[in-house]
Amino acid sequence: MGDPITLIAEFIRGLLTGWGFSSGLVTLILKFLGVGAVASFVLVLDILLVWVERKIVARFQDRLGPNRLGPFGLIQPIADVIKLLIKEDILPEGADKVVYNLAPIFPLATVLLLWAVIPMAPTILGSDVNIGVLYIVAIGDLGTLGIIMAGWASNNKYALIGAFRTVAQMVSYEVPMVIALLIPVILAHSMGMQSIVDAQSVWFVVMAPLAALIFLITSIAELGRAPFDLTEAESEIVAGFHIEYTGMKFGLFYAGELLHALTVSALMSTLFLGGWRGPFVEQAPILGVVYLFIKAFFVYYVIMWVRYSFPRLRIDQMLNFCWKFLTPLALVLLIVTAILDKVLAGAATSVYILSNLGANLVIAWVTVQILVTYAKRERQRVGQEREIASFRKPEVEELIAQEVVK
Amino acid sequence: MLNDWLFIGIFLVLAPIFPGLAIVITRIIAPRKPNLLKSQTYECGIQTFGDTWVQFKAQYYIFALVFLIFDVEIVFLYPWAVAFNQLPLFAVLEGVLFILILVTGLVYAWRKGALEWV
Repeated sequence: MGDPITLIAEFIRGLLTGWGFSSGLVTLILKFLGVGAVASFVLVLDILLVWVERKIVARFQDRLGPNRLGPFGLIQPIADVIKLLIKEDILPEGADKVVYNLAPIFPLATVLLLWAVIPMAPTILGSDVNIGVLYIVAIGDLGTLGIIMAGWASNNKYALIGAFRTVAQMVSYEVPMVIALLIPVILAHSMGMQSIVDAQSVWFVVMAPLAALIFLITSIAELGRAPFDLTEAESEIVAGFHIEYTGMKFGLFYAGELLHALTVSALMSTLFLGGWRGPFVEQAPILGVVYLFIKAFFVYYVIMWVRYSFPRLRIDQMLNFCWKFLTPLALVLLIVTAILDKVLAGAATSVYILSNLGANLVIAWVTVQILVTYAKRERQRVGQEREIASFRKPEVEELIAQEVVK
Repeated sequence: MLNDWLFIGIFLVLAPIFPGLAIVITRIIAPRKPNLLKSQTYECGIQTFGDTWVQFKAQYYIFALVFLIFDVEIVFLYPWAVAFNQLPLFAVLEGVLFILILVTGLVYAWRKGALEWV
């Protein structure tokens, strides 16, 4: 109904059937065109993201950002791509050639694959597999493989340290993320992305604000962005795993990271912020794409805001925060959501929503109380240690005086 | 259903081709004038010392082990979460019990000092 993409698909189907292709072949060709359309749309968006990122960073740092090439510097990313393409491609000494060349493919390819299951509008989505969330978890993990390959193959100690840190971080933050992803699955009773969006007549962020927060934090960690950017800490290990990469191979890592940021934003909007839902979307499905991207860019902006506001964590702080804070919190949330869902199975929707929200608020309050107590105790401990360090006992003073006299 | 997987299958084939194409294009149009100094490992200005591929900190391995146990067990919870509205309360409590066993594992690893970065 008035949806241009379905109309185009129907037109091509009619045309190909008219030329005498069998229906199976026509479906195959249409799927190929669909994949091409999604992938090129996302890649063009990726090039635009370079501009968005640089422009917003500049504003955070009180600069203007790219403003020479084209209106508002919009042609700048294209110039960047051309520059990266014609840069010399250096193979460092002693590098593992095959692995070194294969590694840059992974980050971008896996992120592209995630777009196969993100529903963009009621009628526009790549594929509505019934295990969408599991697919996201599985494919999202593959990006780590590219990073460990790059770090290992570069024959560079900094790159190797960066890769180890990345793997420790990604592997740790995977656990709370997977638990947080279970909560929308429980609320929607389905793992299909489209049915999760369909179930959100009230956005899940209202019913599960803590799960949304955990998902946001763990996504930032998976991205390796500040405050979790110790995997590519410039001041200690130069650039982490991509230190030896030049030209387009470095560009692929960079593009993969930017696109990953937008992809987790889109996932966050799909899972917690209602996806393509918005006014008049039933009449004109194409509006869904607009709504999805407005929400996705809002989350993207929040991620950038966090990135440029917080200092970097230490590795032990990063791991403690994940294993001793996020994971127990996520497990408690999971248990509470599961029991509430079953107990309130027959209750009215408003009761269901309010009690979920209430449970979340209570858990948040208890968590904050525990954190406050912990911080108080920690401050006391550190204070005492300082006192001990600064305070000398009288007998010690005497001994020192005797030593001086001798 | 099968059509959905067909889409993902085609995507799986095409997705590596886009970045692969970029690498092939650089291969063709980028200059390649390697010399000894240029291909040196970029570390801190002086020549790199010793082997890169050495034994590494065992702590990473412990975290990987803890992760493996957790992730596999949590993936088992996905079917439980999907079939949620057909499950009786008893099955849900059983699931909760399973999560509590998971929590016990976490507490054990915590007390054992496996989560300590030293």
